[in-house]
Amino acid sequence: MAKITFITTENETITVEGFTGSVMALAVQHGIKGIDGDCGGVCSCATCHVHVEPEFMERTGLAGDLEKDMLEFDDDANAYSRLSCQIKISEALDGVVLRVAK
Amino acid sequence: MDKSEMPDPFEQARLTKGYGEMNDQDDPVMMLLKLKDVRKSAHNFKTFTSAATPGRIVVPSEVNIRDTRQIPFEVDPPLHGEYRAIVEPWFRRPLQPEYQAALSRQITAMVDEVLAMDSVEVVEKFSLPIQSRALTLLLNIPYAEAETWISWGTHVFRSEETALDGSKAAILYDYIDAQIDRAIEQPGVDLYSLLLSADFQGRKLTKEEVKGVMILTFAGGRDTVINAITNSIAYFAEHPQSLLRLHNEPEIIGKAIEEFVRYFSPLTHMGRVVTEDTEVCNHAVKADTRVSLCWASANRDAAVFENPDEIVLDRSINPHVGFGFSHHNCLGATHARQILKTLLTVLAEKVQSIDIVNYKENIETWGEFRRKVGYDSITVKFNAHK
Repeated sequence: MAKITFITTENETITVEGFTGSVMALAVQHGIKGIDGDCGGVCSCATCHVHVEPEFMERTGLAGDLEKDMLEFDDDANAYSRLSCQIKISEALDGVVLRVAK
Repeated sequence: MDKSEMPDPFEQARLTKGYGEMNDQDDPVMMLLKLKDVRKSAHNFKTFTSAATPGRIVVPSEVNIRDTRQIPFEVDPPLHGEYRAIVEPWFRRPLQPEYQAALSRQITAMVDEVLAMDSVEVVEKFSLPIQSRALTLLLNIPYAEAETWISWGTHVFRSEETALDGSKAAILYDYIDAQIDRAIEQPGVDLYSLLLSADFQGRKLTKEEVKGVMILTFAGGRDTVINAITNSIAYFAEHPQSLLRLHNEPEIIGKAIEEFVRYFSPLTHMGRVVTEDTEVCNHAVKADTRVSLCWASANRDAAVFENPDEIVLDRSINPHVGFGFSHHNCLGATHARQILKTLLTVLAEKVQSIDIVNYKENIETWGEFRRKVGYDSITVKFNAHK
């Protein structure tokens, strides 16, 4: 089990619990504003973009190559960007904080 | 196994030079074929504009048959974003449970109907009715209106002889004008009324702007959705084991939809007008010429997709551009995905197999390339689960 905190663009803080699947699916399930997951999690739409709070970057890991290619053309992307459909929920994620990108 | 196959005619040109060339009504187009170049150019609206003369970014060009600017499609940021903000929430209504239930009723009825028939021609009698009826949900207007659109046939802009037919296009434009006038007189809860009452930069949208959104809604989602549905049926006819797999593993339907959109690429390409002398694929391009973003080629780019010419139903990483990319990604994608999701769910539940009786492929010609995009007609027999 992992408790994951989302901070929306309106600065609302929501902590939810997840067991399996992707962080995007968890966010959609809980109606986190700004995480749409239009493509269902196959890395083709970039509507699940989050900024990982820097201290948690080691736990989420860096974006993969194809994910980076998607983020390259997102004007809001930075070194802490991830597409949350590509972050798998595991106990290692317990406590991480993710900011929903614009 | 080749009736449903959709070969990639761009492979050699993509690998050797990265672009192709075609003429279109004396306004040539340089087709960008690699995924990376397609994405980069789609994102760079300052050099590759959509805000050209109305109709010019479409290939074949519609400059000679249309003066109305399609909105937000033929507008660049930041104005594009202001228009898009008006329509975006409306175009996400397919995520609502009641919308999904209504769509499911429509598609279930259609599948039940064809299961009871000896054979059916899919394009006219299955895909077109599904697309037209689903559009009544997107516009939030009475179901019966779909009959008018079905009566127009499969192509709004094309006739048998020509790729562009102004008189056919006029049917759509006149229809939309009349519908806008109706909504002005009797405002309702439909898309026309929403647009007429929307605030844009402190004013109402003009009739011409409303018309621009409506033309886009009708034209953008017609051939594309019809091809996606028809090609899905052809694929399942030759791959009954895939139908069975979706029956047993409905959780992969979401991935299957994205894979179908990648493989079928119902819209082959979309143009942009170059605003300044620049270079793409080490090739100089001049200001005021056209390039196109070839989604169909980019979606077979082996630099990104493993086994690009195969349908892998549960492909887990699939960064395709079948719905376009960046600012102008497809406004109707939520609706299109919901149609495909519902169709695949109902087919997997009710259909055991599909037999192809006869078919005629729809082959597009783009300069040196000939691409199968779907079927002019395909007659099949649907067999129910025993």
